Amino acid sequence: MRSFIDVAWLVMRKDLTVEVRSREIVSTTLFFAVSCVIVFAFSFVRDGRALEHAAAGILWIAIAFAGTLALGRAFERERQGETLRALLLAPADRPAIYIGKLFGLLALLAGVEVVLVPIVGLLFQAPLLAHPFLLAALLAAGTLGFAAVGTLFAAMLVRSRSRDVLLPVVLYPITVPVIIAGVRGTAALFQTDADTPMAIAWITMLGAFDAVFVTLALWTFEPVMTE
Amino acid sequence: MKRLVVAILLASTLGVLPAARQPQPAQEEFVPVRDAETEQLPAAPLVMSAYAVAWLLIFLYVWSLWRRLNKVERELAELGQRATPKGR
Amino acid sequence: MRTLFLPTILLAVVMFVGAPWLIDNAPMESTMGFVQKIFYFHVPAWFVMFAAVFVCGIAGAIHVFRRSAAADLVAVTAAEIAAVFGIVGLVTGPLWARKAWGVWWQWDARLTSALILELILFAYLLLRRYGGPGSEKLASGVALFGMANVPFVYWSVNVWRTLHPKTTVVPSLGPGMRGAFWWCVLAFMLLGGALFAARLRLECLRARVDELYLEH
Repeated sequence: MRSFIDVAWLVMRKDLTVEVRSREIVSTTLFFAVSCVIVFAFSFVRDGRALEHAAAGILWIAIAFAGTLALGRAFERERQGETLRALLLAPADRPAIYIGKLFGLLALLAGVEVVLVPIVGLLFQAPLLAHPFLLAALLAAGTLGFAAVGTLFAAMLVRSRSRDVLLPVVLYPITVPVIIAGVRGTAALFQTDADTPMAIAWITMLGAFDAVFVTLALWTFEPVMTE
Repeated sequence: MKRLVVAILLASTLGVLPAARQPQPAQEEFVPVRDAETEQLPAAPLVMSAYAVAWLLIFLYVWSLWRRLNKVERELAELGQRATPKGR
Repeated sequence: MRTLFLPTILLAVVMFVGAPWLIDNAPMESTMGFVQKIFYFHVPAWFVMFAAVFVCGIAGAIHVFRRSAAADLVAVTAAEIAAVFGIVGLVTGPLWARKAWGVWWQWDARLTSALILELILFAYLLLRRYGGPGSEKLASGVALFGMANVPFVYWSVNVWRTLHPKTTVVPSLGPGMRGAFWWCVLAFMLLGGALFAARLRLECLRARVDELYLEH
């Protein structure tokens, strides 16, 4: 058990060290997410004002698109350095490698969301500070669900052709419940009379989704990644 | 000549702008979808199209399977012929 | 397997020929009238689709965890059959809904889950087609995740949409309709089974061709 955590920590630390030094993925992903938000804001504006319910949807679409980009970039780095094969050849618990990559990616996406959410709040006058802990929990659970499935698929697709377009093709249908829960939960929290029981229900569903899919990913990571 | 073309283009876009800024005419009446259309919509064409589409899709799939099977069987026969003359 | 194919397909054809007569003689449904007759093709198509999805999910799981090549052949066959019958269902449904509900599409739990499932099947087939070598295992992983996903999609859309007004519910079957319905279900199942067998033969032949290419 000890070595599982050690391996996961080492993999995560490696990813974060590379990222901190180059800041490549986090800056490009963040800029892309903000551009997404602005483009969508133009689409959903009426009479010079943003539509009230648009903020939640736009936020989660930006997270989904930016997340897919980050996943692609993170594993592209592995592919170019051929480090994924080296990782798999190492005498380490395969699921630990998955967990390490997952948490590395989560840290990256958390960094992006910390900047993105206030920007969305600013552009759409969304009451971010009304229920900050629920909002944080919702974002955390949703991002975890998205990243859990995405990390597995991105790792699977590293050696495939057309991997850039195939990742969204396989990822989006499966993360539909995450998007629905995220958007409806965020909308419930952003409305003037915040519907906290509804938001808590969505957070609970996301928790169940995370539990099921992280477990499934841990089970399938090894058989799917081996030749 | 080029400057003339650019000038004409600019002038035409300027002409379009005021028209674009006019709001759409407001919708006069609201026709509830359910009542108005379902009474007038005949069922027979929908039913016929549904069955026709189902048949067509299944037929297209069977045809596609047929073609693919023929192609693979031909390939298999060719490979078989190639194998035997090689003195096996 | 091969000896069963011909009688199966013949029986399916016979049943399909007989179906219109049975459907016509089935009692007219009171609230929806003639358009309800689409039901006799629409629901059996979905039955076949869900059966095929079930087979695909299980075969995919076996392929991933037991590394069985045969299971992979079954999985891709089942996925294609499911996709085709799913399209039949997704096209006949809106044609029925247009008259019965007044709209082509509703974002209710059942329809949305079915649409997402169909998308997952297309993703599976695209991955196998364009993913390059080694994509069979990845596709089986996707299939597995897809099947696990269905209850979540259903639940989330259910909760999402129950805040809005519900649409009409499909009525329970009267005795006259039951016969025509189960006849059509059997016809579709036989057709699905025969197509499955033919498609599986195609996969097996392709595998044989690949083997021969590798040998020479």
